[in-house]
Amino acid sequence: MSAVLPELSYAPAPESTAPVTLRECYGLFIGGEWTASEDGSFFSTQNPATEEKLAEVTQAGPADVDRAVRAARRGYEKYWRKLRPAERAKYVYRIARALTERSREFAILETMDGGKPIRESRDFDVPQAAAHFFYHAGWADKLVWAVQGTDRCRPLGVVGAIVPWNFPLLIAAWKIAPALACGNTIVLKPAETTPLTALLFAQVCAEADLPPGVVNIVTGDGRTGAALAEHPDIDKVSFTGSTEVGKSIRRIVAGTPKRLSLELGGKSAFIVYDDAPLDQTIEGIVSAIFFNQGHVCCAGSRLLVQESIAEEVIERLRTRIATLRHGDPLDKNTDVGAINSRAQRDKIVELVQSGVEDGATLVQADWTPPERGFWYPASFFTNVAPTFRIAREEIFGPVLSVMTFRTPDEAIERANNLPYGLSAGVWTSNGALGMYTASHLAAGVIWCNTFNQFDPSSPFGGYKESGFGREGGIAGLRAYLDV
Amino acid sequence: MGSAGYPQRTKEVFLGGAQAREAEQPSIRMRLAPVSVDAVMLESRALQLSKRSIKAGAKRTAIDLIVACMDLTTLEGKDTPGKVYGVCARGIAPAPGVPSVAAICVYPSLVAGACAALADSGVRVASVATAFPSGLASLDVKLRDTREALAAGADEIDMVIDRGAFLAGRYGAVQAEIEAVKSVCGRSPLKVILEVGELGSYAAIRRASDLALDAGADFIKTATGKLSVSSTPPIALLMCEAIRDHARNTGRKAGLKFAGGIRTTKAALGYLSIVFETLGSEWLVPERLRFGASSLLDDLLMQREKGESGSYAGAAYVATA
Repeated sequence: MSAVLPELSYAPAPESTAPVTLRECYGLFIGGEWTASEDGSFFSTQNPATEEKLAEVTQAGPADVDRAVRAARRGYEKYWRKLRPAERAKYVYRIARALTERSREFAILETMDGGKPIRESRDFDVPQAAAHFFYHAGWADKLVWAVQGTDRCRPLGVVGAIVPWNFPLLIAAWKIAPALACGNTIVLKPAETTPLTALLFAQVCAEADLPPGVVNIVTGDGRTGAALAEHPDIDKVSFTGSTEVGKSIRRIVAGTPKRLSLELGGKSAFIVYDDAPLDQTIEGIVSAIFFNQGHVCCAGSRLLVQESIAEEVIERLRTRIATLRHGDPLDKNTDVGAINSRAQRDKIVELVQSGVEDGATLVQADWTPPERGFWYPASFFTNVAPTFRIAREEIFGPVLSVMTFRTPDEAIERANNLPYGLSAGVWTSNGALGMYTASHLAAGVIWCNTFNQFDPSSPFGGYKESGFGREGGIAGLRAYLDV
Repeated sequence: MGSAGYPQRTKEVFLGGAQAREAEQPSIRMRLAPVSVDAVMLESRALQLSKRSIKAGAKRTAIDLIVACMDLTTLEGKDTPGKVYGVCARGIAPAPGVPSVAAICVYPSLVAGACAALADSGVRVASVATAFPSGLASLDVKLRDTREALAAGADEIDMVIDRGAFLAGRYGAVQAEIEAVKSVCGRSPLKVILEVGELGSYAAIRRASDLALDAGADFIKTATGKLSVSSTPPIALLMCEAIRDHARNTGRKAGLKFAGGIRTTKAALGYLSIVFETLGSEWLVPERLRFGASSLLDDLLMQREKGESGSYAGAAYVATA
């Protein structure tokens, strides 16, 4: 019946970079102005998919951090604390609208600087970032309703925020939006490998006529972050990043009156019972571990599957990863983009090697990466023992460890048997079993029959070495208020 | 509450009726394993797939594929031989350089006219049957309907399942009916319409898909096109998964037909991506994939023209039937 029909394959569908205008070099955004650093040193930021240099960015030293904190203090005393809350809300709304209006530009820039698929920056990062500003703008003049049992709810003052490279704009929004809505001013330090959307955000603040010093952006590496956390005139440190750095920040803050929120690493469990909706479970696993190349603190990187269906799940997962589309992050059909940096790629390679040496079986998507850029194919390990490094350490890459369990209590015990406790997933058609499991898991966020669902009204944060303090929702507001 | 005001016997009488039917046909009350489908991830994956970007050469290829896999349809009470003649002519040669459609889909009484119009063009005649669209008639009537359509020259039959029986849990009856129609069809392909808009849940749609495939359906088809809810991307994905699992379990690669509510190229491309990434390119052939539509062809031809000339021609420049 069918004559010669053409074979379908998607043509390349790259997003144009035309909406993005990069400067050759960026200064520090302090007191509403672009300023040079004291010692004039720069570093470059590159596109991890091509290794091309995108721009030169200023390395802020302690003197620059001091200037930024002083500007934030001035902004707080002179403008922001005096402003009526409803007026504050207008500024926050204005930022939300600007993010929405310029969403395409932000999404493309985020993908160029960080390597994540444009589909994700377009459909997740930027809309979520805007949603956080919209949500918190609404709270600005209603804060007394957010705290029960007291009518005292004052801003803290100056917030020092340090954000990671996996969701650069979004996590900055998680901190800036509540900080501003609650009446604080802020100094933000974006990650060294992904500073560009924060710098574009500085432009948005300037165009929104935000009073000088309310939002300040200082770029640099870990030394800049340390200088910010150490600064004596900071009232609060909010950090998202690795557990190792989180611990050092906690040491810095210890013995000072500074408040602290930490959102750190994880090795979250994804529990699949034998009555789970299997096809959706497979999609859940794909989202849990391959979303943003696995560069997700709440990634479901430990798959705990009931032994009676383990073979079936593994077989379906093997088939599914073969259909993931790896490659150019700017292509609208790409599912798995570039690894954020050479260092991160090397770390993934090293941990995968340890898994192989420990005796686990590696299954990888059959894909040959381009010569330039940093890449890692979607992968999972079977035959993983809970003692292996790949079952205990955060890989922060597209690598899943599959283990089995026999009973609900064994699943719970396995899931909790780590120093981390950020998120968990529970998959079952039995509502009671889902609730039982969730109520026994020590994790800040538990998704049932889904994964990676976020909303500004829902608090996010960890247990144990995954940190403390919540972001989003009413619980998140308290982190920026003196109650 | 109790039975206040209601005669106690009503329920018994009803059950008695069901039991009587069961006695006639022992396989009626089949116990099936629970089917579990969760809406959130199903919908998110379907949305992701239907947003794939198909551009340039791939778009042209895809449009030609969709045309070649189309059941160009006219199923209205006001259909006449003249209307069917026009639809057939359009299906044979939709536009210069465009492939013929796979089949013309009509009511049984119009099959003979369609056969005459299509002659040896290679375009097939598909006929709805089994008391389409409600399916509420006796098995005898349904089988006769099918036989008559085949005798008039239909190459393919589109049957409807008995949704009433399905929703009452009489899965055995539904399966037996499909098997009976299939045996009348013989080697002619049978498409089984689930009428998803009446089934009420994703789990029920999955169950009906499995049932129809097990009963020997050559295609499972979403809808009659007579309801406001017919094909949606999540339902398409769900049915692809049923076909994939059936192929894995039995080796038989059944087909899928989308019908109802697909009017734009963009929507059709979304469905194509769902099939492509769930079942693979083996399914992108008229033997395994059909788009049942009446107006979709207009937009496909306009989009195809736009790809070649760079500008939209406007509806007046597309010859309709």
